[in-house]
Amino acid sequence: MAEMIDDRTMENICILAKLSLTGEEKEKAKADMQKMLDYVNKLEELDTEEVEPMVHIFKEVNVFREDEVTNSDSKEAMLFNAPKEKEGQYQVPKTVG
Amino acid sequence: MKQYETVIGLEVHVELSTKTKIFCGCSTEFGGAPNTHTCPVCSGMPGSLPVLNKKVVEFALKAGLAANCQINQHCRFDRKNYFYPDNPQNYQISQLYLPICHDGWVEIDTPGGSKKIRIHEMHMEEDAGKLIHDEWEDCSLVDYNRSGVPLIEIVSEPDMRNAEEVISYLEKLRCMMQYLGVSDCKLQEGSMRADVNLSVREEGSGTLGTRTEMKNLNSFKAIARAIEGERERQTELLEEGQAVIQETRRWDDNKESSYAMRSKEDAKDYRYFPDPDLPPVYISNEWIEEIRSSLPELREEKKQRYQDKLGLSPYDAGILTESRHLSELFEETARLCGNPKKAANWFMVEVLRLMKDKGTDPEEVNFTPKHVADLLKMIEKRTISPQNAKKVFQKIFEEDLEPESFIEQAGLRIVEDTGLLTEKINEILDRNPGPLEELLNGKDKVSGFFVGQIMKEMKGKADPAGVREALNKEVEKRKN
Amino acid sequence: MELEKLTALELGVKIKQRQVSVLDGVKAVFGQIEKKEDKVHAFLDIYKKEAYARAKQVEKGISDGTYKGPLAGIPIAVKDNICIKNKKTTCASRILGDFRPQYQAEVINRLEKAGMIIIGKTNMDEFAMGSTTETSAYGITRNPWNLSHVPGGSSGGSCAAVAAGETCLALGSDTGGSIRQPSAFCGVTGLKPTYGTVSRYGLVAYASSLDQIGPVGRDVADCAALLEVIAGYDSKDSTSVKRRDLDFSKEMTDRIMGMKFGVPKEYLAEGLNPQVKGAFMEALKHLTNMGAIVEFFSLKTVEYMIPAYYIIASAEASSNLERFDGVKYGSRAENYDSLHDMYKKTRTEGFGEEVKRRIMLGSFVLSSGYYDAYYLKALKTKALIKREFDHAFGKYDVLLAPAAPYTAPKIGESLKDPLAMYLGDIYTVAVNLCGLPAVSVPCGIDSQGLPIGIQMIGDCFMEKKIIRAAHAYETSRGPYPTPAQGGGLS
Repeated sequence: MAEMIDDRTMENICILAKLSLTGEEKEKAKADMQKMLDYVNKLEELDTEEVEPMVHIFKEVNVFREDEVTNSDSKEAMLFNAPKEKEGQYQVPKTVG
Repeated sequence: MKQYETVIGLEVHVELSTKTKIFCGCSTEFGGAPNTHTCPVCSGMPGSLPVLNKKVVEFALKAGLAANCQINQHCRFDRKNYFYPDNPQNYQISQLYLPICHDGWVEIDTPGGSKKIRIHEMHMEEDAGKLIHDEWEDCSLVDYNRSGVPLIEIVSEPDMRNAEEVISYLEKLRCMMQYLGVSDCKLQEGSMRADVNLSVREEGSGTLGTRTEMKNLNSFKAIARAIEGERERQTELLEEGQAVIQETRRWDDNKESSYAMRSKEDAKDYRYFPDPDLPPVYISNEWIEEIRSSLPELREEKKQRYQDKLGLSPYDAGILTESRHLSELFEETARLCGNPKKAANWFMVEVLRLMKDKGTDPEEVNFTPKHVADLLKMIEKRTISPQNAKKVFQKIFEEDLEPESFIEQAGLRIVEDTGLLTEKINEILDRNPGPLEELLNGKDKVSGFFVGQIMKEMKGKADPAGVREALNKEVEKRKN
Repeated sequence: MELEKLTALELGVKIKQRQVSVLDGVKAVFGQIEKKEDKVHAFLDIYKKEAYARAKQVEKGISDGTYKGPLAGIPIAVKDNICIKNKKTTCASRILGDFRPQYQAEVINRLEKAGMIIIGKTNMDEFAMGSTTETSAYGITRNPWNLSHVPGGSSGGSCAAVAAGETCLALGSDTGGSIRQPSAFCGVTGLKPTYGTVSRYGLVAYASSLDQIGPVGRDVADCAALLEVIAGYDSKDSTSVKRRDLDFSKEMTDRIMGMKFGVPKEYLAEGLNPQVKGAFMEALKHLTNMGAIVEFFSLKTVEYMIPAYYIIASAEASSNLERFDGVKYGSRAENYDSLHDMYKKTRTEGFGEEVKRRIMLGSFVLSSGYYDAYYLKALKTKALIKREFDHAFGKYDVLLAPAAPYTAPKIGESLKDPLAMYLGDIYTVAVNLCGLPAVSVPCGIDSQGLPIGIQMIGDCFMEKKIIRAAHAYETSRGPYPTPAQGGGLS
């Protein structure tokens, strides 16, 4: 059996993912996730004791840039899509401290 | 009453002085109008991808090797996920699972002698942007100019016991980074920042107490005050039988107190995982050796060399090597004037005095060593009096002017025309018959009066030793 | 002449020979768009005016020798998760709102350099998450073969547009089958290149370790020609691979005598629709008849592919989609009372249900206490799957599989049961986990008149083998009908 997804776990996931669900949505999300986890738990059958986790498919290493300035001022372009802007900066609700 | 011991570990962030950011070709230059040093990569635009700056790896390796670290030859980057507006992707590219360096140490000076502080690890990561509070609209404004500036985070073991050791450790790291040329470590510009992990335990206890982490410490003074404040706070809690809560606290240096940074939205679960956009870094033995052999002479070696080769005292050698920049000015000056001891003396007295008077940071001292060397040679040759030389040096210190022409223009050159001097001496002797009488009667004390008078008349353009010699000659003549 | 019936390369030849102008070709596809787009809804944005202007420019460029390639002057549609400078790029999500990137994807630079004409942006599942193009925030796309069926997904818009003749070629992206499955459902050819072959710069990431951009076209030769245009090293993408053998068009031969094909037995087990299986087996006969060797073998990791894929893809997605927060671009919630409230409302309003489902799953599998059991386990499983494929490619040149277990489902059926929908990716996800190239080619039509596709999978960097095999099969199979000929949209 997979991990049981309880309300606290769901609450925590919503904090991590920055989502707020209504009670009903939360119940559905819980059920969906439970079903998915029960399914993916199949992996437990697999003996992976001796297996190295594989992040990258290729053995490629050391992909570098040289330390040379290639970008010039593109403030206008960067702020072009800002939902709220002030004095060349992105405006956000007050942060703590 | 129980005795308590403070246990401190540090997380020090050092901004690397590369020309460009860690994952894009934007300039790292400090200052600049908001968001002028940004691109899709460091502003977290969709579809943008990071490409690692090779220099960052080299700088991190230099720092690691200088701090006696082991190198993870296979290292890679991980994403640290958390939402905050200074973090444009809402994840920071850092290293958790395989940091570039680990298990090193540095030696610090303490009143009880030298002490080893172990380094747990050093890792590469990207800096966050800057948030400023806008009072008018009660909101915050985000500038990504600093976003993506390369950092190394140096994590120590909990090996420090008081603020003095912490400061000594930080000074050691700062000096090391500056010597290596990997960071300017300016606390006021935020290019060196420290988070303090502190716990208190009963003296002799083998286990560690619950620790807190303190952030927002941007000067050595603030660090020292914060440590003292937190030590007191935790000790009081323990005295009252209360538990210390493991938490992050923010130091308010104006109020001289810290407060907990708690929010139910802070999940403190960073969900680190390997960044799929960045292939791993492999550091071969050859690369390590190449970096090792490129390491500059570090302070300890330089200090020893000053004693062995230049014959300086351990104290002078220590002071002169505190800053790599200052030591380089000194060495060049010593080489050019050919007299290391004289040069050292001048630096120890005149340079340090002016730095202290003007509050100049060693890194900001900016004069051409040749100018000082020329000045020292002129003193040697008695072209200028030591008194005037100090005045000239102040000009060199402030404006880096060329001493020879300045001395000429200001008419500070010692008068070598002995005829003129003899004339002046006799005039003064004639004007002061009383003191002359005393002098002729063997009251040598009066000679000081005459030397003063002559120097005044010569407007400092004579050197006191020469004047005394000439005066004695003239007095002898009158005795006969 | 019905230009829309030509393949891209055929049109290209006619343009070169001055039999038709570039503008004629562009007009032909816009004629089809006018006729069919109301019903199909393959596009999210159409650049008619720009395309006409560009056509004239390209015409000149072809005359003066600026554009020499076989696809100069050919109209192409681009999936809406690929950034084009100053063009709305939505990923079919509300959260991106009116986002107009001020930079563009490397593939777009390459299309421009080849003298191709971008005619619009195609619909997709929101952030490429889905198998039906029904999770788009801007309406569903319908299958040109039967308008009550889905086109598949996530590149459903691109594949439907090619099938309907609304474009000659299209770009899609494939993270777990998102080019190959809709290509099969729409009766077109789609190729997912080896990971690292096409730059991901400017592709809005779903799962970075799995995403690849690839071509969708009417036949194998068109896909090979487009792949030649878009493939190549890009220093802006650290996972981009330096390859030399990029002349895929040279493989248009039907010499597959002695070529060894492997078919995983497990792929033919229960769950595979009998008609799909029938068409697949028929295709194997074609290959055998051409002198190829076809063998069945056992791929033991099959049942672990979907679990590993969904854990890895969701984990990466949860992180990749964190940047959509209402601060820098896209939409921001109207009312909020604090920073975190702004984040939550913006994201809750901006993301659709399927995207939220994967973000939540991904956040969970990476969270403290579960990382080892889920995420790390999935990475180890991936290594085992890769090992098994390496072994198979020691024996076979190309592996064969159906592109999907069934033909295009009816609209509105798939999203009811997400897990059942995920299971439909059984034949496609391993290719992404292992970075392999694979092409989906039409191989039949079921009794409902819906297309069936066969998938040819190669070892990493072996695009040439699958292109040759697919082209040979295509030749043997003979012409494949258009939707109109097949009884669909006319």
